Amino acid sequence: MIDSADVAAVWLTLKLASLVTVLLLAIGTPVAWWLAHTRSRLRPVVGAVVALPLVLPPTVIGFYLLLALGPNGAVGQLTQALGIGLLPFTFGGLVIASVLYSMPFVVQPLQNAFEAIGSRPLEVAATLRASPWDSFWTVAVPLARPGFFTAAVLGFAHTVGEFGVVLMIGGNIPEKTRVVSVQIYDHVEALEYAQAHWLAGGMLVFSFVVLLALYTLNPGAMKGRR
Amino acid sequence: MKRLAVMLALLGCGAAQAAEVQVAVAANFTAPMQKIAAEFNKDTGHKAVLAFGATGKFYAQIVNGAPFELLLAADDETPARLEREGRTVPGSRFTYATGKLALWSARPGYVDAGGKVLASGSYAHLAIANPKTAPYGLAATETLEKLGLSAGVQGKLVQGENIAQAHQFVSTGNAELGFVALSQVWKDGKFSAGSGWIVPASLHAPIRQDAVVLAKGAGNEAARALAGYLKSDKARDIIRSFGYEL
Repeated sequence: MIDSADVAAVWLTLKLASLVTVLLLAIGTPVAWWLAHTRSRLRPVVGAVVALPLVLPPTVIGFYLLLALGPNGAVGQLTQALGIGLLPFTFGGLVIASVLYSMPFVVQPLQNAFEAIGSRPLEVAATLRASPWDSFWTVAVPLARPGFFTAAVLGFAHTVGEFGVVLMIGGNIPEKTRVVSVQIYDHVEALEYAQAHWLAGGMLVFSFVVLLALYTLNPGAMKGRR
Repeated sequence: MKRLAVMLALLGCGAAQAAEVQVAVAANFTAPMQKIAAEFNKDTGHKAVLAFGATGKFYAQIVNGAPFELLLAADDETPARLEREGRTVPGSRFTYATGKLALWSARPGYVDAGGKVLASGSYAHLAIANPKTAPYGLAATETLEKLGLSAGVQGKLVQGENIAQAHQFVSTGNAELGFVALSQVWKDGKFSAGSGWIVPASLHAPIRQDAVVLAKGAGNEAARALAGYLKSDKARDIIRSFGYEL
């Protein structure tokens, strides 16, 4: 029932979600750390910007990305000047869009975890002459491990479940931008309900198992995600 | 005075019989249908409530109980299928327009009158609608095949989920050119913006767009009235002015 195009879409989705999760942890961790510790007046502003994808419809994000990344947009002109070319219709474009779109799902659990640790353990580490860098890796990261786990799982799962943004800037190119959610949409549109069921059912089971694992291994995740 | 009384009586009588009809309309027919619905309302007092979208999605919704009473599809297959399945008013199916395909670019002067730019390969992206689900996308791939360019453009094709999205990719400049419905870029006898080439009908199978009264609309006078109105000279003139054939 599953054909090679479906397999390619599944593979592409896993590749996209893995890469995006790694990037999100790399970018999201300093952002979450800053949000958890700063007293800057910019804190609510940055927090709101990071959280925007939670409330904006994907069509808004996709529409503005299409304009911004396009030949007449600011980012598009920059990428062209740098010789990268235009990002819509490319895997790289999807990666950037997904990082923006899934950012709150990674930043917020991390921020909650860092805030829960508080400044006390870090102060103690400092009195023992640990450098801030040192105490971050040996004190904060181990204590925030459940937060990292939640962030990674939610970032990955949310990227797998992304649809609207990909639809608007992807162009449905096999092995480049045709992810599972788009493939399911195509099957339904083409009235290929049997194939749609295989993929859609698979997504349902996958998502349930991921969340079940998260809430079983890390019961705090439910409280952490307000 | 007498005439006024007659007019009032007529108006009152029109209002008493005025009904609403829920219409599912193919995305490519959005602009002409809005105009037709306004005229229909003026002429008959009936109100057409329009929903625009992809024909395949409408099919799924109709099968699952959507309240549509009239379907204006982007193809002739979906209405025929609904008819076979007994979900329509028998004998109500007809072709309301035949679509024309255009190769179009938002850049003025980019597409020549013969469409030779297609073979030049001077572009990075060629947008089409998904050929699996959109009749205009299928017509585009048929055209490319007939021109012997299918292999040449393989790495450059980007697909919109429907013809509206293919148009969006081109109009935002993300794709230099694309195959769109002529109705999207045609106004008053010329391209409304950019540059384009009307693809000769000989290069693809005709894009016949059929309408059908759905079973839910069987008892609705407004549904029958609108189906009839679409065949009127007035409606046909509007349809033609948007670049469709009849």
